Amino acid sequence: MTAPLLGLSDLRVSYPGHGLRARPTEVLHGVSLQAREGETLGIVGESGSGKTTLGRAVLGLVKPSGGNVRFQGRDITHSSRKERRALARDIQVVFQDPYSSLNPALAVGDILSEPLTAHGATAREARARVAELLDQVGLPGDAARRLPREFSGGQRQRVAIARALAPVPHLIVCDEPVSALDLTTQARVLDLLVDIQRRTSVAYLFISHDLAVIRHVSHRVCVMRGGEIVETGTAGQVTSRPRHSYTQRLVLAAPVPDPVEQRERRERRHRLLARERADLSGARIPRRAAAAPEEWNDTDRDA
Amino acid sequence: MNTPPSNAAPAREQGGRDETPAGGRAPVRRLLRDPQAVLSAGVLLVVVALGLLTPFITEHGPNQASLEAINDEAGTHGYPLGGDKSGRDIFARLLHSVNTSVVSALIGTSIALAVGVTFGLIGGYYDRRLRGVTEWVFSLVMTFPGLLLLIVLLPVTRGDYRVTMMIFGVLLSPGIYRLVRNLVLGVRNEPYVDAARVSGLPDRRILGRHILYTVRGPVVIATAFLAGASIGVQSGLAFLGVGSSTVPSFGAMIADGFTNFYEEPLQLLWPSLALGVITACLVLLGNSLRDVLEGGRPKPSRITAPSRRPTTGPAAEADPPGLLTVQDLAVAYPTPSDGLNEVVSGVTLSLRAGETLGLVGESGSGKTQTAFAILGVLPAEAVVTRGSVRLDGRELLGLGERELSGIRGRAIAYVPQEPMANLDPSATVGSQLVEGLRAATPTPRREARERALALLDRVGIADPRRVFASYPHQLSGGMAQRVLIAGAVASRPSLLIADEPTTALDVTVQAEILDLLRDLREELNMALLLVTHNFGVVADSCDRVAVMRQGRIVETGDVLDLFRAPGHPYTRTLLDAILDEHAPRTDPPGIADERPLKEVR
Amino acid sequence: MILHVLRRLATGLVLAVLVTMITFLLLSTSFDDIAGSVLGSSATPARIEQQKAQLGLDRPVLVQYLDWLSHAVRGDFGLSYFTSEPVRSAITARLGVTLSVVLAALLLTAVVGVTLGVLAATRGGVVDRVAQGASLFGHLVPNLLIAIGLVWLLALRLHWFPATGYTPLGEDPTRWAASITIPVLALTAAGAASLTSQVRGAMIDELRKDYVRTLRTRGIRPRAILLRHALRNAAGPALTVLSLEFVQMFGGALVIEQVFALPGFGSYAFNASLQGDIPIIMGITLFAVLLVVCVNLLVDLANGWLNPKARIR
Repeated sequence: MTAPLLGLSDLRVSYPGHGLRARPTEVLHGVSLQAREGETLGIVGESGSGKTTLGRAVLGLVKPSGGNVRFQGRDITHSSRKERRALARDIQVVFQDPYSSLNPALAVGDILSEPLTAHGATAREARARVAELLDQVGLPGDAARRLPREFSGGQRQRVAIARALAPVPHLIVCDEPVSALDLTTQARVLDLLVDIQRRTSVAYLFISHDLAVIRHVSHRVCVMRGGEIVETGTAGQVTSRPRHSYTQRLVLAAPVPDPVEQRERRERRHRLLARERADLSGARIPRRAAAAPEEWNDTDRDA
Repeated sequence: MNTPPSNAAPAREQGGRDETPAGGRAPVRRLLRDPQAVLSAGVLLVVVALGLLTPFITEHGPNQASLEAINDEAGTHGYPLGGDKSGRDIFARLLHSVNTSVVSALIGTSIALAVGVTFGLIGGYYDRRLRGVTEWVFSLVMTFPGLLLLIVLLPVTRGDYRVTMMIFGVLLSPGIYRLVRNLVLGVRNEPYVDAARVSGLPDRRILGRHILYTVRGPVVIATAFLAGASIGVQSGLAFLGVGSSTVPSFGAMIADGFTNFYEEPLQLLWPSLALGVITACLVLLGNSLRDVLEGGRPKPSRITAPSRRPTTGPAAEADPPGLLTVQDLAVAYPTPSDGLNEVVSGVTLSLRAGETLGLVGESGSGKTQTAFAILGVLPAEAVVTRGSVRLDGRELLGLGERELSGIRGRAIAYVPQEPMANLDPSATVGSQLVEGLRAATPTPRREARERALALLDRVGIADPRRVFASYPHQLSGGMAQRVLIAGAVASRPSLLIADEPTTALDVTVQAEILDLLRDLREELNMALLLVTHNFGVVADSCDRVAVMRQGRIVETGDVLDLFRAPGHPYTRTLLDAILDEHAPRTDPPGIADERPLKEVR
Repeated sequence: MILHVLRRLATGLVLAVLVTMITFLLLSTSFDDIAGSVLGSSATPARIEQQKAQLGLDRPVLVQYLDWLSHAVRGDFGLSYFTSEPVRSAITARLGVTLSVVLAALLLTAVVGVTLGVLAATRGGVVDRVAQGASLFGHLVPNLLIAIGLVWLLALRLHWFPATGYTPLGEDPTRWAASITIPVLALTAAGAASLTSQVRGAMIDELRKDYVRTLRTRGIRPRAILLRHALRNAAGPALTVLSLEFVQMFGGALVIEQVFALPGFGSYAFNASLQGDIPIIMGITLFAVLLVVCVNLLVDLANGWLNPKARIR
């Protein structure tokens, strides 16, 4: 097997403290992971888990303070601005907020052709590619002439996806791409992303706080907490038979849209919390140790 | 559908377009339609043109004195406005003064813009260390009284007003610097700039295309005010007598007129009028520019119960059962074209004591507006066009703010969506709780304090005393939401309205907050109106559900029935959109089949 | 907190040194003229050189500046070139006049600006239009013209106040008050105009915030929400505007003093600059900077009191 598409090893990121003598705060404490060509690697975590910083480090928007980022076997941790610009063809992004991630002053066509012309496409080539992209994300051809504010949230997110697809990248970092969308729109945009992946075999680094979304799009999942990865596994394993106690809590905290099932889940969560509390007051167990999974084995229908 | 202004956040997401008045495609055209802009710009153009044409219009030079013309009447032999006390042509001096003012404005503004914009872009876009330096230098310039410095440097400038205006331009630059720096800092953190960077655009292009665009409007506006300030300062200095006496200027003319006031008051009037008109036009033009480029000035915002237009009186029916009864409620917002745009169109719902009703819908469905209408806290511009809201049989619509504040907090309470934004940032948690307690029921301060501490303990805060003394920014989102819940249930209300109470929180915190709400509800036998878009939350906490769409309730029912057998097609669409709990993605990561075809780089 | 104050004071001192140094360096370009004007128009070049040596103006500029600074630190600002009056006492005597005008105007500005701003933000309708109109007028008409208009109306027409002149507070408080009334009003007009629009905008922003709605749902009376919560939060930006206003008024006072023939700081500075009286110019520069530093520090402290986030830092 060749080198993975993306590899992080022991990646650390610190943000400078405020004031002159303040010490920097480390928000990623040595994260290692690998993503393969054509794969969706889901990163799930709560606020403050460092998942967004992880994505920004891959994109080169923050500078790592330790460890390295490898892309197609090359170390890109400290690439120069120029190298970064070249990398832009291979690594792209879709942000959470479809309102602020598109410049309100530019027509959709300009937003989409900008990265193409920046990499040397002629205006004509760019126009042809824009039409193709709009078609790919299911927007009408006349969308190119309109301003972002003329579109709904879901449509804007399609524009953002088209922009990311423009240079035919190998990897797209999706940072909470559907969190700001309504339920019905959310499902459609996710389906679009999966569909595009099947056709172009682009890889996604898919960052979200929502386990249901992660489960739906990911092949493999990393669970993050406090700047570390606590559990990695296939989507089915992590979301249905989590090993780490934090993942278990996360899974049980998300309410199921079914009153009966949710009552069960709630009770299981209360039992888990009670047991954790008992463990804490008794012997101290190592944080990374897998909590007893027997509850999952008896009750989970996917087991 | 329109977005009502100052609505809760999710309303932004509703389909269609949001009405941002700023940044349209043709600001120039809109400017031409604004009479104030046209008039002030027109006057300025005429004045500048007169200044340029001075040599052709006037017979005398600005300093050409004639003994016969001393204090001459207006209109006599080639002195349209008469002569001054030295026998100089007032009209000619006025026109020459216009030129002096225009030159002053040009020098002052261009220096201020050149310095301010350049360093603003640098300070805003590049890293923090460089910004530290520019910041320090400009705050230094800003703290010094400008006019004093100009006078102190008199020996250096030797009174040449052009040199003085150059220095003044530098003194004006911190304002522009701050303006540009703030705008750039704001834009720089916008995801679209990040996206541009990830797209591989060079810095130069990002600055030029994405950042300068945003900065353009405010700088144009500021320019008008800078020009006014330059002219004002130049005349002030000339009035003091700074500068050569041979340079005609409004200030010098005003000084002359001032000393000659008792004999010839008109000599003071002309230059004052000219100066006043020019600066006034610049300010008015600046204001028009602001209105056009940034949208109008904000309207006053009164704290008041929503106005009500009773097209139909509240239906006189037999007392309906239950605690809260909402009938045929409609809320509308005025549109720019003086119409009304309904965001809630005839909502009917009811709640029994101790029951939880989920009000579900997508963004823009009007669920939050319904909640606000029940609480009587709609924005001032909202109009309740019809319907009735009864709590325990008492009609709430039409009550004044004073009467409502007697009911709110006691009988009816509210838990908001964004916990942080809903606490006063500059008051301690404790003082806010105590204030609410004492507003609902007059209690001695000490007792209220004890009660607040007990409440904090009850909502699961580990260290009530510390949190009591904390400011909101020292709390986490989950803690802030517990504080808000404590405040809401403080006076044991019979109805609690919770508007997306867990949407802004992490899942694990959401679960705890939902548990807390459930426990409190049972403890206090409180009815709960739970506004949410999350069916998981509905399944967890609600007894009954009402589904809203486009301002109307499409379906109401028992929670089990609704999930098992949804009646309305829209409800079915919503339920179908829920991502399947038990089906993780199973297809394997595929390798390119289409890729080679698409390599059109 | 004390550390913070000390740090601000230290920055202020650095600022004072820098500004006086820059002023001195700029002034050094005109030393020849100054020596000449001390002697009068008939001076020969040789005589000018001699005078420069006598005043110490022939030494390297930096040495001269350090010499001035070392004396200034000990409270010795030298003597006027022309009148041989000690600079310190001359300045403090005149500072009283300017400060009484500026501080009175600042106070009035705060009261008028906040009242009008709050009313405009919360009442709407006629009150808002009147307040906005008044604020616009203050912006539209240059300070100088407002001063002249007030003299014309209040002194020459109505004879309520004297048009010019100054009576020291110690001599006759009533006449003192009368003598500074028009200057104070003139300065207030412009200051209150910008403060009003600032307060109006800040109050509208605050009143539209979510916490105001939540306070209403707690049954708290509108007046309490307005004054105890919204105004307090809006006061921070208003204070900053007020401190800038102070700096501007200080400059504006120069013009105003000329109009009303007040024997203040400004007219003194003006005459000193015309003559090139370096010790006085330097003394005035230093006093002005120190004053500004003090006011900024006060505003900082007040902001810290108002805004808990700033306080913790």
